[in-house]
Amino acid sequence: MGQREGAVGLTTHAPQAAQAVTLPTTLDEAVAALAAMPAAVPVAGGTDLMTAVNSGQLRPAALVGLGRISEIRGWQYQDGHALLGAGLTHARMGRPDFAALIPALAAAARAAGPPQIRNAGTLGGNIASAAPTGDALPVLAALEATLIIAGPGGARREMPVSHLLAGMEMLRAGELIGYVRVPLLHAPQVFLKATGRTGPGRATASVALVLDPARRGVRCAVGAIAPMPLRPLEAEQWVASLIDWDNGRAIVPEALHAFGEYVAAACIPEAAPAEDGSVPQLPPAVLHLRRTVAALARRALGRALS
Amino acid sequence: MSNDAATAEAAGTTEAAPAPEPISHGLGASLPPADARAKTEGTFPYAADLWAEGLLWAAVLRSPHAHARIVSIDTSHAREMPGVRAVVTHEDVPGTPLHGRGSRADRPVFASEVVRHHGEPIAAVAADHPDTARMAAAAVIVEYEVLEPVTDPEQAFEAEPLHPDGNLVRHIPLRHGDPEAAGEVVVEGLYRIGRQDPAPIGAEAGLAVPRPDGGVELYLASTDPHGDRDTAAACYGLSPEQVKVVVTGVPGATADREDQGFQLPLGLLALKTGCPVKLTATREESFLGHVHRHPTLLRYRHHADAEGRVVKVEAQILLDAGAYADTSSDALAAAVAFACGPYVVPNAFIEGWAVRTNNPPSGHVRGEGAMQVCAAYEAQMDKIAKKLGLDPAEVRLRNVLATGDVLPTGQTVTCPAPVAELLQAVRDFPLPALPKDTPEDEWLLPGGPEGAGEPGAVRRGVGYGIGMVHMLGAEGADEVSTATVKVQDGVATVLCAAVETGQGFTTLARQIVQETLGVDEVHVAPVDTDQPPAGPGCRGRHTWVSGGAVERAAKMVRTQLLQPLAHQFGMSTELLQIADGKITSYDGVLSTTVAEALEGKELWATAQCRPHPTEPLDESGQGDAFVGMSFCAIRAVVDVDIEIGSVRVVELAVAQDVGRVLNPAQLTARIEAGVTQGVGIALTENLRTPRGLIRHPDLTGYALPTALDAPDIRIVKLVEERDVVAPFGAKAVSAVPVVASPAAVASAVRAATGRPVNRLPVRPQAAVVTGN
Repeated sequence: MGQREGAVGLTTHAPQAAQAVTLPTTLDEAVAALAAMPAAVPVAGGTDLMTAVNSGQLRPAALVGLGRISEIRGWQYQDGHALLGAGLTHARMGRPDFAALIPALAAAARAAGPPQIRNAGTLGGNIASAAPTGDALPVLAALEATLIIAGPGGARREMPVSHLLAGMEMLRAGELIGYVRVPLLHAPQVFLKATGRTGPGRATASVALVLDPARRGVRCAVGAIAPMPLRPLEAEQWVASLIDWDNGRAIVPEALHAFGEYVAAACIPEAAPAEDGSVPQLPPAVLHLRRTVAALARRALGRALS
Repeated sequence: MSNDAATAEAAGTTEAAPAPEPISHGLGASLPPADARAKTEGTFPYAADLWAEGLLWAAVLRSPHAHARIVSIDTSHAREMPGVRAVVTHEDVPGTPLHGRGSRADRPVFASEVVRHHGEPIAAVAADHPDTARMAAAAVIVEYEVLEPVTDPEQAFEAEPLHPDGNLVRHIPLRHGDPEAAGEVVVEGLYRIGRQDPAPIGAEAGLAVPRPDGGVELYLASTDPHGDRDTAAACYGLSPEQVKVVVTGVPGATADREDQGFQLPLGLLALKTGCPVKLTATREESFLGHVHRHPTLLRYRHHADAEGRVVKVEAQILLDAGAYADTSSDALAAAVAFACGPYVVPNAFIEGWAVRTNNPPSGHVRGEGAMQVCAAYEAQMDKIAKKLGLDPAEVRLRNVLATGDVLPTGQTVTCPAPVAELLQAVRDFPLPALPKDTPEDEWLLPGGPEGAGEPGAVRRGVGYGIGMVHMLGAEGADEVSTATVKVQDGVATVLCAAVETGQGFTTLARQIVQETLGVDEVHVAPVDTDQPPAGPGCRGRHTWVSGGAVERAAKMVRTQLLQPLAHQFGMSTELLQIADGKITSYDGVLSTTVAEALEGKELWATAQCRPHPTEPLDESGQGDAFVGMSFCAIRAVVDVDIEIGSVRVVELAVAQDVGRVLNPAQLTARIEAGVTQGVGIALTENLRTPRGLIRHPDLTGYALPTALDAPDIRIVKLVEERDVVAPFGAKAVSAVPVVASPAAVASAVRAATGRPVNRLPVRPQAAVVTGN
């Protein structure tokens, strides 16, 4: 409540009157608008932002709407990669033509809430919000996607998505996520999500798994159980060595099971041993989360290799 | 939009029509609600849509702590803010500072010395813009000395009193039969039921308008207008005549949906400023303000003989009333009285307590008390079946209650109680097909269409739940309602202060008048407290008492209408009949229209309906406490992903004791709604309050069932055995499906997984099978 004290002195209808909304039509115009008004907040689908506004947690002095920037609402191909506009909605990514390109991202987009949210929420917004339960995030982490950041004066810089999610690199003032570059792997990809219900809901745990046959690699990321997606790198390398890549990507069933356990143990480690050397038991809810991650990882690999 | 509404109406009519030629009016017709189109098109004015000249906006400052001593309240900064017109605290309450919905007035309008729960109102502000009002409320400086909250109801017995009245709201020790009785088989269980929020559609809103005579009018979505008026008048230090409650449309209520914590300040602010004052609560405030279902801890021990017949039930039931008593006493009475369920139990020893804690207050939510015990006694029946190796339905059938049997309260069940028939109906209904013949990508597995479900890990389970609830207020409550019926120019009008809460009363009132007077066009007047009281809309009251009052008034009008004709033709009024606006005699000699018979006159009649009296439960829990009861049997079929623990309810088959079907479409909708609310309790709905604080007061954190979570609901049988003491022989239908469906879902999860499932909602970790 403390932050509202600054608002004392506003006249009655001021909150609405003070709001300026800019609707740029190109990325560079949007960046310029942000640079011209440092207090402005960019808004794409608004599915996260507007709930904060409605609950009084955020009172932006101005908004820069990104919805009319047509250059970031589609995608294009770029030497073996797809350059995805940050303004792609979940609904658009969920369609079959997109699913043929990046199946795991399409599956995550289809699972990302009810239709109203999917129609409005965008890929860039999912990254910028960086909510632990953001469904696209583990997929982008598994794909080792790269963000193309637009800055003032037409500047463009690149940053791995994991750097932004981990806080190793931040967006600077006036910068916007313009595009997301993801490799086109031409191999099965899976995104699985546990929610605790049948209807749309936030993930309690999610697993994205992609195969990279060219590099004979398996890449996997676990979402929703930590502030950012977790990559079980050792488990990935270990299981990739067990796949018979030249023979229909065959694998022994025991390896699927072990992979699930490996991923779960990597992402949810045992509690630190106590002073007397005994290992305390994890709480039941954490044990269940671990079982869930193990089941999701096993199922994901099984489906990718089937 | 208009197309949608028309289709919806058309669909409703055709679906509900059982006969080739559907009845278009009167009892038994699937009459659509008169305001359905307006509500569908969004033109219906709810409280949040109201506006008045010179309107001010209110905001309520609520406690951020579950338990704290208030050291000081400084409103000076808030008062000085531009646009702020009034700030009120406990010092500004001119009348009685305490109020309460139940028998006990124990809740302050504004906290003065102590706050006892998260969200308790401390001050309210009126300003000329809602944002200003909210900012001013935030600018009220309250200095708290934070106290350790009592959040575990088991600790409440030993804890320091949280309230001058102490921590024990009520204790009922029910003793019935022989305490030494014992059976060959003993099963025990400890069960926990979570906190369900009624989550009413449309958050609370209200408008208070000062009157020139010093009184005030409150425009509220009240479900108990006269009760709310009396509470408000007492707090304002006014006489009830000086306060008028006008009921705006209630968007839907499954509980005491309105939070008096903002209603009372609204009127205070209006009286203080002399201006109309409005408040529209956010969903967050709504979660903090209104009452919830009682979280309950239940310990059970059932004794049964070798054939599975229950010999004795011992139980301890602990209801968490939250910070204030509200209607907890009523909930406890239902929980204790129905602790053994609709089964014949010769010996019962039930201890029930409702205690105060620093958790959010609990109160009336439909099926209160009865729902929690149903989950426990049905789990016990499953345990008996498992121990004896019997079929769960068979064990239940060996114990079911029938008319003439005696409840553990000593009350004889005099109403129809076709429990065996209901259970057999759901048991014998064909099970839903396994999806094995449909393409795999069309299967709706646990976890949903884009979920992680894997067919190999899914187990199917079938379970049963049989519930019972009482209708009308219990234990000597004066359940009376008054209605007026008026006829003029062939158009009838009903005036009755029974509030349409979505239960369908206004439609029913129209049908009753159509049936009795043969008039097609019937209007139901809006409700305010200038009309005589009809009581709160809960526990199926209005179908019974207000429906009964409408029928009597209509019959009196009928007599007034027919008497001159009967006199003229020298026959009694019974030999005349009215249908389709025409009056005919039995022999066809007389034929005229209602409009002609009226001769331009206006006919009025007012009548009351007051069911037979009940008595409070005595010191050993005995007494004829209930007017009537209704029963429901549900068979649940669930799919469980036994590795992840996700549950999908595939189908719920419902058989219900309804007395008489008055409006088939409405009845079906009420049962479906009740069953779905029960699915919420069973799987997802639990308002978590760590250390007494509501952590996620929003509909993202609090998962209501969506269309995907709701199962196929098959209404297998409606037993129409008329209850002779109820008007039309009809029973209220909304509450009992809520009671039985959570128990049925838990029973089915038990069958699918072999796990005990002692807690609702079922947590995923309780539904996994970890044998491998």
